[in-house]
Amino acid sequence: MLAYIIRRLFYAIPILIGVNLLTFALFFMVNTPDQMARVQLGDKHISADAIEEWKSQRGYDKPLFLNTADDSGGLLTDTIFYEKSLRLFVFDFGKSDEGRVIGEDILERMWPSLALALPTFIVGILVNIIFSLFIVMFRASLFDTAAMIFCVALMSISGVFYIFAGQYFFAKLWHLVPISGYLGGLDAVRFLVLPVIIGVISGIGGGTRLYRTLFLEEAGKDYVRTARAKGVSELAVLFRHILPNGLIPILTSVVVVIPSLFMGSLLMESFFGIPGLGSYTLNAIWAQDFAVVRSMVFLGSVLYIIGLILTDISYTLVDPRVRLS
Amino acid sequence: MNSQTPLLQVTDLAIELLPAEERPQPQSLLREVSFEIRRGEILALVGESGSGKSLTSLAIMRLLPDVLNICAGRVELDGRNLFALSEQEMNSVRGRRIAMIFQEPQSSLNPVQTVEQQIGEVLALHQNIRGQALTEKVVALLEEVGIPEARQRLSWYPHQLSGGQKQRVMIAIALACEPQLLIADEPTTALDVTIQQQILQLLDSLRRQRDLGILLITHDMGVVNAMADRVAVMRHGDILEQAEVQSFFRQPVHEYSRMLIHSLPDRRHFLPASQQPPLLEVDNIQVWFAQRKGILQRIAGYTRAVNGISFTIRRGETLALVGESGCGKTTAGRALLNMEPLAGGQIRFAGERIDTLSQKAFKPLRKRIQVIFQDPFSSMNPRMSVREILAEGMVALKVANDPQELEQRMLALLEKVGLEAAHLDRFPHEFSGGQRQRLAIARAVAVEPELIICDEPTSALDVSIRSQVLGLLRNLQQEMGLSYLFITHDLSIIPHIAHRVAVMKDGILLEQGDTQQVLTAPQHAYTRSLLASVPEPIATA
Amino acid sequence: MIKPVVLWSDVLIFILVAFMAAFFWHLRSRPLTLKRWRSVFHSHTGVASFVVILFYLLIAVTDSLHYRLPLDKIEGSDDVHYSQDVRSLLDDILHDLNSLDETTYSEPFSLYSFAKINMQDDSGGVYRDYPRLASAGSHLQTEEDIHADIVQRSVWGLALGLMISLLIIVPHWLWRRRYAAQSSVPWVTAYLTLAALICLSAWALLLGQVYHIFGTNQVGGDVLYQSIKAIRTGVLIGTLATLLTLPLAVVLGISAGYFRGWVDDVVQYIYTTLNSIPGILLIAASVLLIDVYIETHPDDFQLVAVRADFKFLALCFILGMTSWTGLCRLLRAETLKVSQLDYVHAAQAFGVSHARIIFRHIMPNVMHLILISLVLDFSVFVLAEAVLSYIGVGVDPSMNSWGNMINEARAELSRDPVVWWSVSAAFALMFVLVLAANLFSDRVRDAFDPRFH
Repeated sequence: MLAYIIRRLFYAIPILIGVNLLTFALFFMVNTPDQMARVQLGDKHISADAIEEWKSQRGYDKPLFLNTADDSGGLLTDTIFYEKSLRLFVFDFGKSDEGRVIGEDILERMWPSLALALPTFIVGILVNIIFSLFIVMFRASLFDTAAMIFCVALMSISGVFYIFAGQYFFAKLWHLVPISGYLGGLDAVRFLVLPVIIGVISGIGGGTRLYRTLFLEEAGKDYVRTARAKGVSELAVLFRHILPNGLIPILTSVVVVIPSLFMGSLLMESFFGIPGLGSYTLNAIWAQDFAVVRSMVFLGSVLYIIGLILTDISYTLVDPRVRLS
Repeated sequence: MNSQTPLLQVTDLAIELLPAEERPQPQSLLREVSFEIRRGEILALVGESGSGKSLTSLAIMRLLPDVLNICAGRVELDGRNLFALSEQEMNSVRGRRIAMIFQEPQSSLNPVQTVEQQIGEVLALHQNIRGQALTEKVVALLEEVGIPEARQRLSWYPHQLSGGQKQRVMIAIALACEPQLLIADEPTTALDVTIQQQILQLLDSLRRQRDLGILLITHDMGVVNAMADRVAVMRHGDILEQAEVQSFFRQPVHEYSRMLIHSLPDRRHFLPASQQPPLLEVDNIQVWFAQRKGILQRIAGYTRAVNGISFTIRRGETLALVGESGCGKTTAGRALLNMEPLAGGQIRFAGERIDTLSQKAFKPLRKRIQVIFQDPFSSMNPRMSVREILAEGMVALKVANDPQELEQRMLALLEKVGLEAAHLDRFPHEFSGGQRQRLAIARAVAVEPELIICDEPTSALDVSIRSQVLGLLRNLQQEMGLSYLFITHDLSIIPHIAHRVAVMKDGILLEQGDTQQVLTAPQHAYTRSLLASVPEPIATA
Repeated sequence: MIKPVVLWSDVLIFILVAFMAAFFWHLRSRPLTLKRWRSVFHSHTGVASFVVILFYLLIAVTDSLHYRLPLDKIEGSDDVHYSQDVRSLLDDILHDLNSLDETTYSEPFSLYSFAKINMQDDSGGVYRDYPRLASAGSHLQTEEDIHADIVQRSVWGLALGLMISLLIIVPHWLWRRRYAAQSSVPWVTAYLTLAALICLSAWALLLGQVYHIFGTNQVGGDVLYQSIKAIRTGVLIGTLATLLTLPLAVVLGISAGYFRGWVDDVVQYIYTTLNSIPGILLIAASVLLIDVYIETHPDDFQLVAVRADFKFLALCFILGMTSWTGLCRLLRAETLKVSQLDYVHAAQAFGVSHARIIFRHIMPNVMHLILISLVLDFSVFVLAEAVLSYIGVGVDPSMNSWGNMINEARAELSRDPVVWWSVSAAFALMFVLVLAANLFSDRVRDAFDPRFH
């Protein structure tokens, strides 16, 4: 098990290097440091000196990959790639183009993101499992068909619509919650209720349908027939046999996103004015702050890879058949 | 309770498939099925796949899937009509009065529950036993069905048990509440022959100890002969014939029953050994699969699937390679086709070494060595027509070049294997299992090979089809002078086809020799146990 | 004469239509696949949703026949100059809708503007009131006639729609009675859906000539026209995003599963790496870079339409890049399974080449995965477009799209009273398309996914 995890962590290194190379190439092949300086300085007629100054201040005045001019062993290290990308491996995110320390920003904004994403995630899964079990209980009936059509309809509605409708009715018309904003501590609850509800509702259609399929797949297996032949009642078959087996693919499939919950949701956070990492990223995109975007890409990849490893571990925890080697 | 009334009485049972979107009419699957089972009696319900025997058993338990409907008939257990019970009342019959075991012990046990939980569930449900008493009862049951070290195995999960042990656990679940009737639906089909015999013996002794009525569903006439008191033969949803087992084998009434009985081996006639020169010489070949371990995935050891076997096949001769699942016989076959790399040994074909050839250099030999697979449903691409399937090999190996010649050859082939020219533009799913296997044979002989590796070509077929396909293989052998390597686990068909036999276990050959010699005077204990588990030949009048 | 303009996305949509036609033609000789498709079209939802999708597709195709109109000749010159404005056939069909220009917001069917402006009365005094719209309802004698007029035009529109429907349906019904009586396709459902769509179109066209059915937007443009024009964007993004990266997924997925070994390692590395980058960040970063590229290469994009089209295709490609890995992984797993089947071994025993085995044995037997992911992803991408446009990394603002309409809604919904019609129209048209696509993909999945049998 430990050997397995160590091996997986080793595998993660080439993947993260790949991610870095890719984002680096994306940013610098098309968008040279000169152009970045122009965009940031925002003036069409800008002097070459000003550009050079901007670049040297932010460390963009070095070669991209190979510093052939440097004889003192900086061939690979005294480059933009090394300075800007490989530093990320020790979680040294550097400064944003605005001059703020990215690492501190991330630590500060992580918590509001989590406060929104975690309840949405947990409540969402619980609601979907309960709904799908309920539907499976009445499988192959008219209720089943109606519920499925309802789910498809829910899935077909744009997520933005739920946000608009929720804000309009709950906040604007009925004044139950604030439209947007965020406060620390317990006050956060008031601001989070609506986005959590909306997040859960917008996921019901797809989630319920998927889980129903998984439960139905289990319901068709031979061991369920064995349980019925034992004289186990239909309800007990559902809860004692189908549910535990159906939960295995459900739990293991959601584990991968758990670490990424830190990253927050771009859409929700920006609509509800929650100062998390999602809106942080979005602001960086709007401001074309590549230092921040690159850091977030790296962070996202790291969390995803952790998610993959957690998925494998979760298999061993919930499924007695699986052993890692 | 009146001992005169039968334990189970099934009267005029009929089942239909309910109409669906694409099929407006209901389809009748079972008609007027009637039989009875007395206490302590084994009734064998015999039939081939699709005959409706499993449906009958599920209908007795009222466990039919929703699309199937019981449209007529009665099922009485001790005089009580099961169809009149509420679902709740029925639940107190299932598992307590009637229990059931299934064909696939692999999938019939809940994979995430321990052995104790699964056996305990039925005890807690019907007898309300809890706690320590429950554990003790489970241990006693496991010991009764012959699981060694029962107490340690309580916390095991199904995947940790062998196939035979799983079926024993299934039997323990079924017998936990001392039911009066046991329905055993092909209980040994998925098991190896030696295990098969043990499970049947277990069932037989339990029935004597507990005065248990058993409905034994099977397609295997040997099992019927060894186990049953009475027989009912089913085909296409009808019961053709019911009789006491002795009179059934002595004087079968129905033509179909006669055919089933004759599918059993006749161990008195053997094929004479061939005197032709050797075609294939296999010398001490080994096939190993690497096992990787640790952080760096270094090769830690090898699974020796084939660990040094040697045999020779002469021209026009059939060598049967016999063994149970996992003994390496299929891997050996694949090695001959240059589909697995050898870890050691030599293969000579017509005097020349072929094991060192590259894929490209091996290509001319593909015309000379062909293969037929076990499952006629996966051995043909479902999206290709018969024409495309037959032509593929001939085109790839340049056997026939112009379209006209190709067409002529294909027609001749179809005739040779007993199919018609009209079949050329059909697709595999339009054929029955037996017809598909004929097509697979036609595809193999299309390139006029000298050696065909037959990997269990008949084990997926019903018994009545089996002998036809074996007959076809034998005819082709005589006609074309073919040699066969006949890989099988089924000793009963060997006298029909093989000149010589090699017995394989755990990657090595235990013994080989002429068929008559191996079958009548086996040298090795394992061969003897294999033979002992094959049903006795039937003396027909 | 007019000068045809062929945008790259036009080419792709025509290739797509041709491919679909060829595919269904090819099906005739493949009984197994045909049987699956039959079961798709045997259900009411399958047929109805297919008709709706076809209807949207038809609109997208007519909106993809682009041309430029000639400008009036400059005196003394024989050169013909063409307008910078690229029009499509759909623009001409909807000409009446588009010609009612107002100056700012107005409610559906309203005769007055939504915002008060300063006006002068007869005596020269200034007062604030809602001004009368310039063109909507200008044919009315008195304003009280409006309800009667709407009813009358609705009746005419529906009658016209019914007539056109009958003209299409009756001949087909007669032909079917004669030649294809045994069909079990629920044709009545198809007819009803078709008739409903035609009636709705006729009604909308007839009323749209004189009213703004869905009101007008900030600059006084007709919202109905806008949201119909957005159909092309939606349909294209739904299909092209998958299709543009499909070859990548198919080639890599199948070779990884078939050849295994180092090929498999490389492919797995590629898709894990791509997958680990948060999709929306990859899209955002790429779109920003495309903007930069367009800015720095102004010579290549002289027409607004060409620029928008380039950006659109790039967006489709990027969307595809974030999603092909899923299909690739499925294809790899299925190929691993299929290449272990006996018929592949049999082909290998005949010495059939790898390329032939892949094309004849593997591809046809993993095709259902490609099909299922194609129809499943369609609605995902249509919905994604709305979100991306909101984030500011969607299609070009000059392109009509539901996402752009929803993006504007942020300001519109914070007004008091709210401007609700523009965003509602976008949601409604999008909902119908996505619902149809979801229902259809359900049927396709039921028919083709072996797990559902």
